[in-house]
Amino acid sequence: MTNTGSELTVDGDGKPIWISLELTYQCPLKCVFCSNPLDFDSYREAELSTDDWKRVMREAREMGAMQIGFTGGEPTLRKDLEELVAYADELGYYTNLITSGIGLTTKRLQALKAVGLKHIQLGFQSSDENVANALAGVDCYKKKLAIAKQIKALGFPMVLNIPITRQNLPQIPAILELADQLGVEYMELANVQYYNWALVNRERLLPTQEELEWAEAEVNKFREKVEGRMTIFFVIPDYYDGRPKACMNGWGSIHLTIAPDGSALPCSQARSLDHLDFPSVREHSLQWLWEESPLFKMYRGNEWMKEPCRSCDEKEKDFGGCRCQALALTGDAANADPACSKSPHHHIIQKAIEEAKLAREIESALIVRHAGMEVAP
Amino acid sequence: MAEKHHVQMQDSYHINPVFIFRWEDSQDAHVLLYPEGIVKLNDTAAAILEFCNGEYTVAEAIDKLTSKFDGSDGDDIAKSIVKFLEASLDKHWIRINR
Repeated sequence: MTNTGSELTVDGDGKPIWISLELTYQCPLKCVFCSNPLDFDSYREAELSTDDWKRVMREAREMGAMQIGFTGGEPTLRKDLEELVAYADELGYYTNLITSGIGLTTKRLQALKAVGLKHIQLGFQSSDENVANALAGVDCYKKKLAIAKQIKALGFPMVLNIPITRQNLPQIPAILELADQLGVEYMELANVQYYNWALVNRERLLPTQEELEWAEAEVNKFREKVEGRMTIFFVIPDYYDGRPKACMNGWGSIHLTIAPDGSALPCSQARSLDHLDFPSVREHSLQWLWEESPLFKMYRGNEWMKEPCRSCDEKEKDFGGCRCQALALTGDAANADPACSKSPHHHIIQKAIEEAKLAREIESALIVRHAGMEVAP
Repeated sequence: MAEKHHVQMQDSYHINPVFIFRWEDSQDAHVLLYPEGIVKLNDTAAAILEFCNGEYTVAEAIDKLTSKFDGSDGDDIAKSIVKFLEASLDKHWIRINR
């Protein structure tokens, strides 16, 4: 989950108050840090229909969902996006569109505004055209900049989301200046989290601790300058924090993601837990999926925890970190997230940091997102 | 650092257009919704924000709220309203009318 800036100050009280609809995994971009599954292309034929999505939205709203994110892939590739946003607005959601901007036009933005879209989060790579295009895997910088201006011209609140890697980190001061000129209200410098495509490219993307400290100092300077008009989120990545992130505010706690094929997931990365079943909204009610399905019960609360989490006095604070990261790096999703310095597997994180340092000595090309990626067993 | 906001009696305020302030049945409370966030408000906070619609000065809001919370110390109510408005300004929930 890349929304490190999320500031959720309401306890869901057992309700899925935040719902993300991954309308499609198709995308015109080929970002090297894409968090979609490596086999994203296999979902193409299985996408939910407009009516399926509407039922999901209705059921989630009845269960207490208030925030809805339309995401992907690139959600604007769905021709029914306007219809879905209109329906969400009617149901009383705060509607968020999470987009690369490619696929948006002034006409479409106007249509989305007219049907009640409240906010747009635009993914952006850099203020430097070459770096931006290299990270996105396609030439898209100029188009993105133009659409960012259009979004503001139409009066949408905008979050500019920049996934931070060592390639764009040096441009942070220039990126902040650009965001201020564009008039964005929220700036999310989202340190890349290493899942899927980002994990494939980890040794080529991970910044050093020194670089991150420099970036944080630059961000703090800029915060003073834009106080009152821009909020900047910048969270030191879990690889360097020594403590795991409170991933999704706990498994099955407040957040529900629906994948393009209708699988209900506790977070967008949960499909990587391949020892679990992923029941779909095609066969089950959302209420059953949330309350009864083995998937959502699996890591909810703290009964499932092993040591050192079980007896840790911080378990209510970080919930043992991220299950997907625990599985991907230690082989068992119930282990403590290795980003935690108390984890017996923390050396795996330290090794990855060392490898990323060594990788700078060798110029190896970033792997852009593409169909047909060999998935390691 | 940014200067601390000082609320004046003749000022009036409105909800920052980035935020939506409304009643939410499922929470049995008023909420503020904004990009990627939700704030659940207690009754007092909501009662004060109801007056942040650009139509009431702080003095008028204090008058109305003091009579609503009949029996409480008027000075205390006025102080807590001003304090809450200053905190709301710091959080960018509300903006001053110009």
